[in-house]
Amino acid sequence: MKNILQSIYFYLDTRFKLSDLIQFAKKKKVPEHKYSFWYYFGGICLFLFILQVLTGILLLLYYTPSVDSAHESIQFIMSQVKFGWLMRSVHSWSANILIAAIFIHMFSSFFLKAYRSPRELTWITGFFLLLIFLAFGFSGYLLPWNELSFFATRVGTDIAGTLPLIGKHIKTFILGGPDVTGATISRFFWLHIGILPLLTVIILGIHVLLVQILGMSKPIGIPQNKVKEVPFFPNFILKDSLGWMLILALIGVLCVFFPWEIGQKADPFAATPIGIKPEWYFTFMFTTLKIIPAHIFSIEGEMIAIFGFMIGGLLWMLVPFLDRNAAKERKSSVFSFLGWIILLYIVVMTALTYLLPGL
Amino acid sequence: MNRRKFIDFFLGGSLAGTVIAFLYPTIRYILPTKQIEVVIKKITAAKVAELAPNTYKIFKFGTSPGILINTSDGELRAFSAICTHLTCTVIYESDTGTILCPCHNGRFDLSGNVISGPPPAPLESHNVEISGEDIVVSKKD
Amino acid sequence: MKARKMRKIINLLSIFFLAISIFSLSLYAQKNYCIECHQELEDELLAPVEAFKIDIHQQFGLSCADCHGGNPAEEDIDLAKDKTFKGTPQRFRIPEFCASCHSDSRYMRRFNPSIRVDQLDIYWTSKHGQLLKKGDTKVALCTDCHAAHGIQSATHPKSWTFPWNIPQTCSRCHSDTNYMKDYRIPTKQWDDYKDSVHAHALFEKKDLSAPVCNDCHGNHGATPPEITSIAFVCRQCHPSAGELFSQSPHKKAFDEMELSECEACHGNHKILPPSDEMLGTGEKAVCIQCHESESKPYQVASQIKDKLDAFIEKIRHAESLLEQADRQGVEVSEPKFRLTEANSTLIFVRNLTHSFSLMEIEEKIGDGEKVVAEVIKAGEAALREAKFRKTGLIIATCFIFLLSIALFLKIRQIDKKTST
Repeated sequence: MKNILQSIYFYLDTRFKLSDLIQFAKKKKVPEHKYSFWYYFGGICLFLFILQVLTGILLLLYYTPSVDSAHESIQFIMSQVKFGWLMRSVHSWSANILIAAIFIHMFSSFFLKAYRSPRELTWITGFFLLLIFLAFGFSGYLLPWNELSFFATRVGTDIAGTLPLIGKHIKTFILGGPDVTGATISRFFWLHIGILPLLTVIILGIHVLLVQILGMSKPIGIPQNKVKEVPFFPNFILKDSLGWMLILALIGVLCVFFPWEIGQKADPFAATPIGIKPEWYFTFMFTTLKIIPAHIFSIEGEMIAIFGFMIGGLLWMLVPFLDRNAAKERKSSVFSFLGWIILLYIVVMTALTYLLPGL
Repeated sequence: MNRRKFIDFFLGGSLAGTVIAFLYPTIRYILPTKQIEVVIKKITAAKVAELAPNTYKIFKFGTSPGILINTSDGELRAFSAICTHLTCTVIYESDTGTILCPCHNGRFDLSGNVISGPPPAPLESHNVEISGEDIVVSKKD
Repeated sequence: MKARKMRKIINLLSIFFLAISIFSLSLYAQKNYCIECHQELEDELLAPVEAFKIDIHQQFGLSCADCHGGNPAEEDIDLAKDKTFKGTPQRFRIPEFCASCHSDSRYMRRFNPSIRVDQLDIYWTSKHGQLLKKGDTKVALCTDCHAAHGIQSATHPKSWTFPWNIPQTCSRCHSDTNYMKDYRIPTKQWDDYKDSVHAHALFEKKDLSAPVCNDCHGNHGATPPEITSIAFVCRQCHPSAGELFSQSPHKKAFDEMELSECEACHGNHKILPPSDEMLGTGEKAVCIQCHESESKPYQVASQIKDKLDAFIEKIRHAESLLEQADRQGVEVSEPKFRLTEANSTLIFVRNLTHSFSLMEIEEKIGDGEKVVAEVIKAGEAALREAKFRKTGLIIATCFIFLLSIALFLKIRQIDKKTST
């Protein structure tokens, strides 16, 4: 058996120069210190993304993106297809866990100042990946064509439509028309399985490549004697896998005890259900728009909020260039403090969405 | 067997078991199902032989009942079987050649139009085609 | 040339004056002084003008003078009230007043060829008409139900005679205990009707086919239905229950005892949705009103109720199985649909009780129970599927757990190796 494996390795090595790759991989080291627990989250995001691609490809076998059959095909998958309930529930649950993991990964990188030079591009590509995955979530949510997803999409795109000058055009482009219709399903499906995966491959590729080339960032100010370096292969990757196994077990439990609901088929002529909200990861922005007063200094409150978020997002993306202290490997408490405020804001706003009556 | 080999075997074995535990549902998922298609617009409501003239059959169309009638002239007609008054399921009355809702005596003709009684609107009618031995009912566009 | 010019001028001037006279005459003719004057008055002299704005007669081009006579073109009040002036008719003359047009088919067909012209004849046969002939002016006449000046078509939702307004129109008198104290009839009809299933259908579901006062009592010929005719009235909408009853042994018995068929068990105004408690031999059962305990009919009643209860119990069992499976995440829309068939059978069986035939009821229940048995099978299969999923999860989780332990051991082993 060992001889067969050796001859296969030799064959591939002469053609793919595997031994050079393996030498490089052997050199890859991961620093171990009191914050290195947070390193796992990048790998968790990658693992969940791959899980999404696999379950997504399976769902593609039976899902049909049309007004007449989208909802029915989900019903079909859940009831007639063997283990269809499992594949669909895994896809829906993992999507939410993935976005949660992305937020954890982003904030832990922020607080550990992993964005500082020379890792600015890693941070920026990461920011784009956040936007891409939020778009994945938004586009995928409509595809089952149930009541909740129909109205959540309508409410979300209505907000986009309120932007001055370009709002209406953006909304029409996203929806494929003036309102949420079959054209919207086609468009969202196109985004969800075509454009967004393509963008992900490119940008995630750059992101992971940068991590390989630059290695893991160490937190500022940790003395050299407190840092141990362990090889990525096999030590860290085994620990990574352990984490992935536990997440897999969690997803399994969720899918069996809390399978994702099919919901009622969307009826465009029905009245908007009271208390309609977007998915949880958008709620902090949604609730901000709902709470903000109608006018602030005679400018529409909603406009201020939308622009606030856009500018906030831009500044967040540019943090590597704004945080001069971190760039000089100095403690940067101001930025950490701001980060905590932002995190607190997101958590509180999300919680308020579900706690406040009449929202 | 020393400790190291045991751990390797344990790892390999449990990995293989896990992979199979995941591969099994995936393969069963990919294999074609008994009911091969999603029923939305078209369904085989009955076999040609099972419906004599002047009789009817209630069949499931999507999530609601439909009524398939073989008229006394041998023509096939299909409608939604939900009465437009208070949603009882209608029947076909062979001696009068009309569709009757037994709840409050609403009556429809063989085009689905209301002839008498409380129903406020006609029955939704469907297309009927014969494909070999099968009577296929499909939604009108 | 001068003559020709003169003639031209004279022609033009005459045409001009003619035009002016015609114009002023037409203006003059269009003025309706009835309305012009009454508009300036108050209270009951102003009311007709306000009301008439929505009146259906006005839409057909009729006005005050067409009913009341007089000359609407005359501004002076004494001159307006000319020979043709009828004024306000006395109360007991109102039916004839309206019928002067409404019973004249030659006149009415100018406006609506298919409108009925027999209302007055029918009215004289009604209780109201009979009492009016004897001189009682407290009874309802045309204007009490149709209003006097703001009369709208019965198809208009604001009309006093539109289906959902009729109960209020009738109960204005019939629920007024003071007004009705000289008559020996109850005044609880509207209160009773309000609780009925018909009132719910009409006022809540907006089902205009639901019966109101006139559907059972007639409108112009309003009379309480006689005992023998109550059943005919109900059968208008509930023919199958009626037919079953007629074929049952109860028909002869009820006729001999002069009991009103449907009313004996279901009431007349306060017809509530029938409950299963009405069957059998329990407290609320209607059967024990006549049948003595341990008699043959008593036993049949008891058996029918038992069979029905057993069937309902099976349906509930099937429902709870499907509910359980649904909660555990198994998709059960197909069996749920099949169960609606069983529920349709239940409705059929409840109606079939009017035949009081144990055999027929048993047979139909048998059909229903076959369907329920199928659903129960599917429900149990769904629960097995739920169990299968949990078992599968445990197996997969065990493997993952073992793999996690194996990984942990391997990690420890490798870490040891790295640190040495």
